[in-house]
Amino acid sequence: MTIAVERPQGGRLVDQFEYGLDAPICLTWELTYACNLACVHCLSSSGRRDPRELSTDECKALIDEFERMQVFYVNIGGGEPTVRPDFWELLDYAVAHHVGVKFSTNGFRITPERAERLAATDYVDVQISLDGATPEVNDAVRGQGTYDAALRAMANLQAAGMKDFKLSVVCTRHNIGQLDEFKAIADTYGAQLRLTRLRPSGRGADVWDELHPLPHQQRELYDWLVANGDQVLTGDSFFHLSAYGPADGSGTLPGLNLCGAGRVVCLVDPVGDVYACPFAIHDQFLAGNLREDGGFDTIWKTAPLFLDLRSPQTGGACTQCSAYDSCRGGCMAAKFFTGLPLDGPDPECVKGNSETALAGDRERPGSSQDHSHTGTVRNAPVPLTLLRTRPVSACDESPLVSQQ
Amino acid sequence: MTGPETTSPQQTEDVEQEALVEDALVEEISIDGMCGVY
Amino acid sequence: MPVLPGAAWELSPSVSLRPEPFGALAYDFVTRKLSFLKSPTLVDVVRRLGDAADVEDALLGAGVPAAERDRYVAALGTLAASGIIRERVPA
Repeated sequence: MTIAVERPQGGRLVDQFEYGLDAPICLTWELTYACNLACVHCLSSSGRRDPRELSTDECKALIDEFERMQVFYVNIGGGEPTVRPDFWELLDYAVAHHVGVKFSTNGFRITPERAERLAATDYVDVQISLDGATPEVNDAVRGQGTYDAALRAMANLQAAGMKDFKLSVVCTRHNIGQLDEFKAIADTYGAQLRLTRLRPSGRGADVWDELHPLPHQQRELYDWLVANGDQVLTGDSFFHLSAYGPADGSGTLPGLNLCGAGRVVCLVDPVGDVYACPFAIHDQFLAGNLREDGGFDTIWKTAPLFLDLRSPQTGGACTQCSAYDSCRGGCMAAKFFTGLPLDGPDPECVKGNSETALAGDRERPGSSQDHSHTGTVRNAPVPLTLLRTRPVSACDESPLVSQQ
Repeated sequence: MTGPETTSPQQTEDVEQEALVEDALVEEISIDGMCGVY
Repeated sequence: MPVLPGAAWELSPSVSLRPEPFGALAYDFVTRKLSFLKSPTLVDVVRRLGDAADVEDALLGAGVPAAERDRYVAALGTLAASGIIRERVPA
């Protein structure tokens, strides 16, 4: 039983959710920090496997807990989950134990055979990552050849009869102008487009200043969502943009404008650490560890961090704003990793309320963990311009050489 | 709230409509409607 | 289709019904729809449906007061419309 925190009787849905649930609706499970790629904005700073990764048996025990708790489904990611040899076995195990699976992948390992198997498996969904509608824009962020790999994976899924799989795009300064093209790509392959927000998490912190959408682009994105949003998933990640709408709330984007962290979702990382959300991998948002704190159910129900998140949150300075009802002060991870106070405006506050704070002195916390590749990566990002990225090996070719 | 003066038919209908909405025991939610649920 | 008190209904097999302090969440694995049941009594009614002779039986078993019956039948109608519950096919 969840420890009751003066939960109101009946009433609005969103109020009930803010007090938390007895189990997550779904959760993100980063299966491995290993990845064949080195995307510049990786929220989990992935690349190299952590030797303390959960074993196959530990993963199955976790799935058993999810089943007992009736977690409806898990979003498996990483790193690149398919690089774990036991990935397909774990996928089948989860489905057999009444836990739905959606997994995020760069598509390199979605061969025609794998696509056939996925299409034939119930309660499985696939999400292909793509951050540019052209190789030039995409590969600058995700790496050489990644555009081709993503489209190949989508073609394989389509050919295998997989319907409505997801094409997931992180919105950046360089791809806001390509929204129609992304929709067209999704339509071509029978996929559903999902747009998600770039956050200054993991390696995202290093590139956020150059990659996050500019104010006029946020407006463009908002207008596009208003015009096309009923066909596009957003995971409610743009509710801070609803503040562009009129004061009567009529321009609010669909969704509950609810931060689900620690309330309806959380993150389990490859070594069993449980965080409030995948954008908040930092000790500040660490609820516990599966191996040390009695397993997932105990952590979900009793971790002090989660109980705190499920108590009424102070909106601080934002409560006075006319847009507060839809914006709710934005994203706590975005504020945290840009060094802004959690009870102040979001760094991308559309009313510009963070401009002064962003221009001034602030201490950026940085990642608690970094599993990034240190050496050469075959599919290294091909920058459009020189970015302030980590130095890569001297073996790499000039980053300005464009690839065909 | 309104005082003891006469309520118009429109006002009565509005109050009844509101009561109906609040009385609904089932609400469908979009699985896309909460940040972190995707 | 409306849910009639004399008909036999059941929870759809593709639905996971999960109790919560406010009532329950119901997730349909096929349609991926999520429904929020706002009353523990409604959850009790839904749980009883499969074994009850009919809807009336389930309502009585869950102790739904006569004054509330229409409200609960309406709620069952909403659940039927989204496929969370379905009519039992006679054996």
